[in-house]
Amino acid sequence: MATKDQEKYLELEKIIEEHKGLPGALMPAMQKTQELFGCVPLKAQQMLADGLNATLSEVYGIATFYSQFNLEPKGEYVISVCLGTACYVKGAQDILDRICEEIETMPGKTSADGRFTVEATRCIGACGLAPVMTINEEVHGRIMPDDVPSILAKYKK
Amino acid sequence: MEKKMISLTIDGVHVEVPEGTTILEAARKAHVHIPTLCFLKDVNEIGACRICVVDAGARALQAACVLEVAPGMVVRTNTPEVREARKTIIELILSNHDKKCLSCVRSQNCELQKISLDLGIENGDEFAGTMRIYSVDDLSVSLVRDNNKCINCRRCVATCNKNQGVGVIGAVNRGFNTSIESAWDQSLAQTACIGCGQCIVNCPVGALYEKDELQDVWTMIDDPDLHVVVQPAPSVRAALGECFGLPMGTNVTGKMVAAMRRLGFDKIFDTDFAADLTIMEEATELLDRIQSRGTLPMITSCSPGWVRFCETYYQDFIPNLSSCKSPHQMLGAITKSYYAEKASIPAEKIRVVSVMPCTAKKLETRSPGMDSTGYPDVDAVITTRELGKMIKSSGIDFVNLPDEEFDPILGLSTGAGTIFGATGGVMEAALRTAYETVLNKELEKLDFHVVRGIQGIKEATIALGDVELNVAVVNGTANAAKLLDAIRKGEKTYHFIEIMACPGGCVNGGGQPIVSAQDRLNLDPRIERAKALYKADDEMIYRKSHENPMIKKLYDEYLEKPNSHRAHHLLHRHYVKRPKYQNQN
Ligand code: SF4
Ligand code: SF4
Ligand code: SF4
Ligand code: FES
Repeated sequence: MATKDQEKYLELEKIIEEHKGLPGALMPAMQKTQELFGCVPLKAQQMLADGLNATLSEVYGIATFYSQFNLEPKGEYVISVCLGTACYVKGAQDILDRICEEIETMPGKTSADGRFTVEATRCIGACGLAPVMTINEEVHGRIMPDDVPSILAKYKK
Repeated sequence: MEKKMISLTIDGVHVEVPEGTTILEAARKAHVHIPTLCFLKDVNEIGACRICVVDAGARALQAACVLEVAPGMVVRTNTPEVREARKTIIELILSNHDKKCLSCVRSQNCELQKISLDLGIENGDEFAGTMRIYSVDDLSVSLVRDNNKCINCRRCVATCNKNQGVGVIGAVNRGFNTSIESAWDQSLAQTACIGCGQCIVNCPVGALYEKDELQDVWTMIDDPDLHVVVQPAPSVRAALGECFGLPMGTNVTGKMVAAMRRLGFDKIFDTDFAADLTIMEEATELLDRIQSRGTLPMITSCSPGWVRFCETYYQDFIPNLSSCKSPHQMLGAITKSYYAEKASIPAEKIRVVSVMPCTAKKLETRSPGMDSTGYPDVDAVITTRELGKMIKSSGIDFVNLPDEEFDPILGLSTGAGTIFGATGGVMEAALRTAYETVLNKELEKLDFHVVRGIQGIKEATIALGDVELNVAVVNGTANAAKLLDAIRKGEKTYHFIEIMACPGGCVNGGGQPIVSAQDRLNLDPRIERAKALYKADDEMIYRKSHENPMIKKLYDEYLEKPNSHRAHHLLHRHYVKRPKYQNQN
């Protein structure tokens, strides 16, 4: 029996087949891939490149240019730290650093247990609450680095 | 069809140029210099860096490298606004640039440094702020990428994609975080980079350079127990002079030999000799493939960038590759066998240093099978630029050196060996020998003009008695891909194809002195350097490989005949399929 992953790659082959030879096919094929895997992983990028007459560098370039694509699947919780000017001057970088330290990952990456993805974002329009972060839909404002462990603890359960 | 002429004024000077000309090129007619960085004619015309902005009457300043002339246009390139804009652009680039010119390989030949000096930038710290720090990628054996000096102009990316058809580098991320890299944080060594170095010679700054092997070479020279032999490729003599300010296309063979002797090499042999040897082996192989209905077309194998391209991207053509090693590998093997015997020097005490116009040779020499004598055929490969550095650091007054001769016995060559450096040269040399071997009569006109010139793909039909030989000559691996695709589809058939990875052939190789994008508008190194080789050929006593007396002697005394058992052992090789992804050397 095919594993879930194998099924997805079979599905990807179909996507590539459908897009073959069409002008400007790479972007839409990549969007479908993103939906299918929740990201555009290395092997999928290689298949897209080979199938759609592109280079891996082009595919990877697009995947890292547009924020709609991810290189690895997002965690259960997506933590977005606002690095807009207002938040930045109130120490958002320290917050971001502290979060990465706590869950042992890097901005743009997902923790080893697959639960948290950390992102730095541009201004989310909540400057009054600076520094601000969101965890999935929930907003946390006026936080200090030392608040980070207790906030994360709620999600870690 | 004649192009319509357009008249306009640039800084008050009236000029007339054909429709479709850019302001940048039109300005040259008015003797106005407009600085450029991202511009690389025909390859990277993307108007990205904006250093070339001019006032062409529109509301905003416009990029001269992409803006086409229009009738009656009034262009001003020297207004306060233009000067200010250009300064700001350079200041912004410098704010995120490692400005260590003192130790930079491109100092004095850097397009960014030149513009900064020309514009009178004071310290480059105007917009000092966060700098991105990159680790230097030096894992490839051919080249190094130091993104701390990269200005994101994308000339390397366009070169790798369009001219080389490889595409292992590209822009990654966006905005301030944009950088030029291989996908997935890989080192170039992990990609299917063919090591051609064309990205290096098209980079305006010091972000790309060859992997330097000079320390190894000095250590060999300084060891009194070692007998160090050096051999320069044909194209080196047509370009080395540029490192010392001599005009492009100056042939400096005699001075080069004199300089090598002063550097302390024990023997100065000539790769041109081995080019003659390659022709003997390759022409014989070709005739044999034709007679015995072997795999055709046969494709030349002296360009290691091309060989790697074939091994990676066109694996179905591996049986078509000639089994001949490239000339410098042949010379290494002969030096450590025949010469070692003749001179009574044990092969383990001999070191062979190749001076090549090429960075892919560094990769080639480490490929499997390049050690037929039990020792590496070649122990170090340095580029023309590295040889220039060696000479400079030794305080040798190159320009005023007397002309000296190569050493016997592996230093004698023919015009056929010399033209190996230009696209079409290997073909022409092979045809001279194949013709006389097949027909057993003297060739009246030695020059095969149909295979000369810098066109990407050339085709010809040559009559060898009653055999009609269909040949093609290709330069630039992207052109090779086009031709091979046509062969795959059955649209084309040939007997013999010469392929060189670099545009224009070895004379314009990735290890050659670097010519700025603007200087290339005046003088084309592919043409000028090739001229030097064809002129040398014309003046040679011997112009056909099989007439080289030393080649005859080598076969009589040692190899017996071309493609003999011993010749196969020493001078031929095999190929491997290489994966396109995760390609480790
Ligand atoms: S790249 Fe040019 S400007 Fe930058 S350090 Fe090197 S020489 Fe100087
Ligand atoms: S050496 Fe050639 S193949 Fe490799 S990155 Fe540079 S241009 Fe591309
Ligand atoms: S490495 Fe050189 S050619 Fe490539 S983008 Fe950077 S500066 Fe431009
Ligand atoms: S925009 Fe014209 S040279 Fe870069």
